This record gives sequence, C-alpha cells and structure tokens, in this order.
Amino acid sequence: MSFAHTVLGLLENGPAHGYDLKRVYDQHFGQDRPLHYGQVYAALARLLKKGLIEVAGTEQGDGPERKRYAITDSGVTDLHTWLGTPEAPQQYLQSTLYTKVVLALLAGRPAADVLEVQRSAHLKSMRELTRRKTEGDLAEHLICDHALFHLEADLRWLELTAARLDELATEVNR
Amino acid sequence: MSAAGTEAPPPAADEALGGTLLAARGLAKSFGPTTALERASFDIDPGEMVAVMGASGSGKTTLLHCLGGIIAPDRGWILYEGRDLGAMSESERSGLRCGDFGFLFQSGGLVPELSCLENTALPLRLNGVGRRTADARARERLESLDVDGTAHQRPGEVSGGEYQRVSLARALVAEPAILFADEPTGALDSLNEEKVMRLLVDAARRSNTAVVLVTHEARVAAYADREVTVRDGRTRDLAPGAAG
Ligand SMILES: Nc1ncnc2c1ncn2[C@@H]1O[C@H](COP(=O)(O)OP(=O)(O)O)[C@@H](O)[C@H]1O
Ligand SMILES: [Mg+2]
Repeated sequence: MSFAHTVLGLLENGPAHGYDLKRVYDQHFGQDRPLHYGQVYAALARLLKKGLIEVAGTEQGDGPERKRYAITDSGVTDLHTWLGTPEAPQQYLQSTLYTKVVLALLAGRPAADVLEVQRSAHLKSMRELTRRKTEGDLAEHLICDHALFHLEADLRWLELTAARLDELATEVNR
Repeated sequence: MSAAGTEAPPPAADEALGGTLLAARGLAKSFGPTTALERASFDIDPGEMVAVMGASGSGKTTLLHCLGGIIAPDRGWILYEGRDLGAMSESERSGLRCGDFGFLFQSGGLVPELSCLENTALPLRLNGVGRRTADARARERLESLDVDGTAHQRPGEVSGGEYQRVSLARALVAEPAILFADEPTGALDSLNEEKVMRLLVDAARRSNTAVVLVTHEARVAAYADREVTVRDGRTRDLAPGAAG
C-alpha cells in the first residue's frame, strides 16, 4: 500500500497541517503503530515534488513555521486512479509451509502433522480475531474481518493439501 | 484397529465425570452399508461452546443427532447429566428434546402453517405450558433477537436472516441446557451469518447454555471456545491431551 496515497486521500477532505494528518491517520489506521512525524513529512515532500499537493498557506507561530497543504487537481486525478486500481493479489500462502510439507514427505515424516499443527494455529488466531472484533468498534471489526477471511483462505488450502497428501507424496518421491 | 465392543460401559450416574454436562464415548452408527460414525467421542461442559468441524459427509450431522437423542447409535454411550441416553424410554428422550435440548438447523425447521410467534412458542406448548405464558415468553425471545416484527407473519413471508433468528428464538425459548446447531448459518450471506452468530453467542453466554456447533466453516467455528474435528466418522480433538 502506498502511504503517500493515504496522505493524499486525507487531504481531499480539505487542507491540513502535517500534525493534523498524523492525528487523523493514527485515529483511523494507527491501531498497530502510530506514525512518526518524519514519515508524514517525507510523504508530503514527495507529493509536493510530484505536484499532487501544494502549500496553501504558511503560519508564523512561536515555534517553527507551519505549512498548510492542499490537494491539487492532478492530485485528485492521481487519487482517483489509485483508488480505482486493484491491488496485486498477495501471496499469502506461505511458501515456507509448502517447503515444510515437501521436506516432510521427502524425509518420510508425518506431513499431515505439519498441516494439522498449522490448522490448529490458524483456528486459534481466528478465535482471537473473532473475539477482538466482537468487542471492538466498526473499524476494528472491518480490520479483523479482513484478516479472518485471509486466514480462512489459508485454512482451505491446508485442508485441501491434507486431502491431497498421498498424491503429493507420490509426486515428490517419484 | 478393532473398535467393536471395546468401549467400557457407561460409568454409573454417581461416578464423577467432572463437571461434564454431556459425555459420549465410542459412538458408531451405520446406515445400511455406509458407516457414518466409527468411533466418536465427545464432551461438553455447561456453558461451553464447541465447534464440530469436518468435511461434508464426515459424520458431523450423525454425531449431532446421536448426541441430541434424535437417533440411537449402534454402539457406544451418551451420558447427559450422568443419565444414560440409551437407557431412557423414547418418551423420556423426547421430553429432553423439548426441554433440556434445543435444536437449530440450517433451514426449514419452522412449521409453515404457524405464525413465527406460534412457532417460537411451540416447544413450550409441547411441554404443557399454557398459551398465554408461552406466547409471552416467545414474544420476549423474538424481541431479544430483534425479530418481534415477524410475530404474526408466516415463516414463508420473512427473509432468510429473520427465519434463522426466529428458529434461534424457538431453539432457546425453553431455556435449554444445550443448544445443538447444525450448520445454522449455512444458508445465509456473510452479513446475516455474522448477525445470527453474534446473537447466538450472546444469548448462549447470558443463559450459560452449552452449544454444540456443527459447521464446516472455520469463520463460524471461530466463535466457539474450541473445536473437535470429525474425519471419516472419527473425532479428533485439536486441544492437546484431550480425549479423541
Ligand atoms: N439417513 C441416512 N441414510 C443413509 N446414509 C446416511 C444417512 N445419514 C447420513 N448418511 C451417510 O453417512 C455419512 C455421514 O453423513 P453426515 O453425518 O450427514 O455427514 P456431514 O453432516 O458431516 O456432512 C455420509 O456418507 C452420508 O451419506
Ligand atoms: Mg451435515
């Protein structure tokens, strides 16, 4: 995900200072780790250079000067394009796990146990996420749902692979 | 592996099974040439929620039907509060099914000719509760599940999500000690699935009802406290050290 695009998106609501952006970002997306100011200013510098935002005003206070940033027309277009472009499907399926299964089969170890242990761990995470989402607000809920659906996809792969172990063993040991 | 006849007989009622509400060992059940259950075991504590997972055809529904006293296993035993289900008369078992046990199925469990209120009140009426009291308690249940609007509608006139919530109201109206739920959200979309599961979990926790939740969906099983997996008619507990 492009962090700069997130900053750009936040600016579409209206001009803002860097510290406003950090506050709003942390409020919506900072569950796991709040931003550093440095990250915000680095993103702003990059957006400025590309002409996607501009400085809308500078306030002289007691401290350092404070700039207000605003999205430009080309910024709006860029944001639109970004929002409309699908993310490349990520490879959630741990190649590590596949490696473990194949290694187990090659060594004549119980490969089914590798899958079973993983399945158990996945289900445990899913229970924790379900508890978290039941107790959390809507934002928390949506974040947990996303993780849950991904874990579920992994689980399906684990179950299907478990059902195909004999077939895989034949192929691997050929 | 020789499963036949090797199970110990059920322990006497006063023998300690810990705080276990329902316990089963060595369950086997065949339908003609098909072996649906081979050697299944199960335990559940009061207020506990256990997911029964497994592929289609692995024997989940057969296990649930045995545990809930709907069908009798060919072998093995089931103790509910220390009482042997196999030693009960059919009328004792049917008494359990209208009182201590509640049932929720994937779909189609409601009587189409009755209103949703009458459907919900049915288990109470079958238990001999008077109409006024039964209706009042049924209405309370429907309200708590946010479907009191359906009270005077027929099951055929309500949405899929509402139908399952009415079914849940009926399953819980007699305040069972155990709710047996077989793929309760199998016919619902994700949003309704979540709504029904949250209501089910909330209601069960509030009344300390144990839940046997049969599902092949991990997302649904994740609401439970733990899971038991059925594979080719045999149970396997994922929790280390548990009976399997
Ligand atoms: N009433 C029945 N008559 C014949 N076969 C049955 C009956 N009930 C279940 N079976 C068979 O027993 C096996 C287990 O079925 P079931 O318990 O319904 O599995 P699940 O609920 O896990 O899909 C399947 O092969 C199924 O076809
Ligand atoms: Mg079934």
